[in-house]
Amino acid sequence: MKANTPSERLINGIIKENPTFVLMLGMCPTLAVTTSAVNGIGMGLTTTAVLAASNLLISLLRKFIPDGVRMPAYIVVVASFVTIVQMLLEGFLPALYASLGLYIPLIVVNCIILGRAEAYASKNPPIPSLFDGIGMGLGFTLSITCIGAVRELIGAGQLFGRQILPLADAAAGKMGYEPVTIFILAPGAFFVLALLAAIQNKFKLGAAKKGIDPSNPDKCGGACASCGNTMCKGGKHE
Amino acid sequence: MEQKYNVSSNPHVRDAMTTSRIMQLVVIALLPATLFGIWNFGFRALLVVAVTVLSSVMFEWIYDKLMHKPNTITDFSAVVTGLLLALNMPPQIPLWMPVLGSAFAIIVVKQLFGGLGQNFMNPALAGRCFLMISFAGKMTDFAVSDGFRGAVDTVTGATPLAALKVQGFIEGTSVPVKNLFFGNIQGTIGETSALAILIGAVILLAFKVIDLKIPLTYIGSFTVFVIIYMLCTGMGFNGNYLLSHLFGGGLMLGAWFMATDYVTTPITFKGQLVYGCCLGVVTAVFRLFGGSAEGVSYAIIFCNLLVPLIEKATYPVAFGKGGKKS
Repeated sequence: MKANTPSERLINGIIKENPTFVLMLGMCPTLAVTTSAVNGIGMGLTTTAVLAASNLLISLLRKFIPDGVRMPAYIVVVASFVTIVQMLLEGFLPALYASLGLYIPLIVVNCIILGRAEAYASKNPPIPSLFDGIGMGLGFTLSITCIGAVRELIGAGQLFGRQILPLADAAAGKMGYEPVTIFILAPGAFFVLALLAAIQNKFKLGAAKKGIDPSNPDKCGGACASCGNTMCKGGKHE
Repeated sequence: MEQKYNVSSNPHVRDAMTTSRIMQLVVIALLPATLFGIWNFGFRALLVVAVTVLSSVMFEWIYDKLMHKPNTITDFSAVVTGLLLALNMPPQIPLWMPVLGSAFAIIVVKQLFGGLGQNFMNPALAGRCFLMISFAGKMTDFAVSDGFRGAVDTVTGATPLAALKVQGFIEGTSVPVKNLFFGNIQGTIGETSALAILIGAVILLAFKVIDLKIPLTYIGSFTVFVIIYMLCTGMGFNGNYLLSHLFGGGLMLGAWFMATDYVTTPITFKGQLVYGCCLGVVTAVFRLFGGSAEGVSYAIIFCNLLVPLIEKATYPVAFGKGGKKS
């Protein structure tokens, strides 16, 4: 697939370079807010909105931002969008705003956003940058929604807030599901993250064993713009 | 030509003591506490013990099979893990809970980190804490309906330790220290009888499986802390209160059988003393100031995590190294 087209960027963000399971970025919100699938979707989409907007703006400004002060400049851009999104959430989705709490302002320092700004948006034209942001954001949303769904299902017997597994009720003598509470507490986040990362590694095992062939840019997916591999001789001619 | 010399790399002098022999001795030493628990809590306790031990061994075997590893169930370590986990269960627990606990203990805590010798915390205690956090209600429900020893209180009540935490020791109403020592009280299957545990400890000491350093520093520092607490809170020295803390709950089982696990304790002499003191202080803090009445299992797995640091700090200086640079 041709590099830097919108569809390539989307697939790259969602599957090839999935920020949670492949790049292992943004661990703080991944571990902290995924107590339920709804929280996962909320956090993911909020991040996606900020990511897409900030990638677009940073890409547009990439010729004007001096190299020496690029980090503060990125932070200002990202923080502005986070403030806007935060106010919108507070106004229109107060329940989600309450449950995400502190983690909304923390999107400013989310390493996925700064990482994409630094690695991709600052070097590429606006349209691919926008789609890179959307792809990464959707990949993040998908991952943390999966984590949230597994934790919610095991830890409370619920899925998206609905009781899927009927709970046991000792007082009424009713048999049912006994929720494994540890999964909606902090250790559960680590268990589920590791489990899901292991499962997706299992499916990608073939690719992982082949590794990156420095002489062949097609093998690694050709994501040269965001690649830090200095051993690589391929691809840089683009 | 007949081979006269056996050429091999060191070590050349080997002990007759093997891993499986040590583990078998631990199982034997745990038998008094196990049998007492079964006598105390009835047939149901026997069932819990059997299910937990069998499921632990089964998970070990399944993991070895799936990962194409040599079969490690013959070293008896899974039996010990299962037995210790079972002794930490209340007798009326639904049977699938200990099975889940042994799966967590064997597969997540022990095997995923590399099997026996590589686990970073005591697997049985990790399994217990996993269940304790997940099913707090069921894990602290010590109601007993039938025992082999006849008169058993069928009342669901606070354990002696929980009562002690709420109201202190009251002459006449609190459980007598004698009962705490002999074990006809409520609690988990293996922790009630201090006497049965001490018999097991003597067996371990006699065969030199464990030594006194960790248990004595653990119990000693715990005692000192509780005495300081009693004097500082204006309670005055109360021998019954102290002995209730020593013999009630899981302190004895923890100090003699779990804090002495080779894998998760320091190997240096000073390190073991530091580790024992840490255990005593942390246990006392959890029991006296924490939210729940019992703190032995959390204290031990917490101190297990400190072991690498303790070892680093107490690593002995090699001969000729260190000293003043001239």
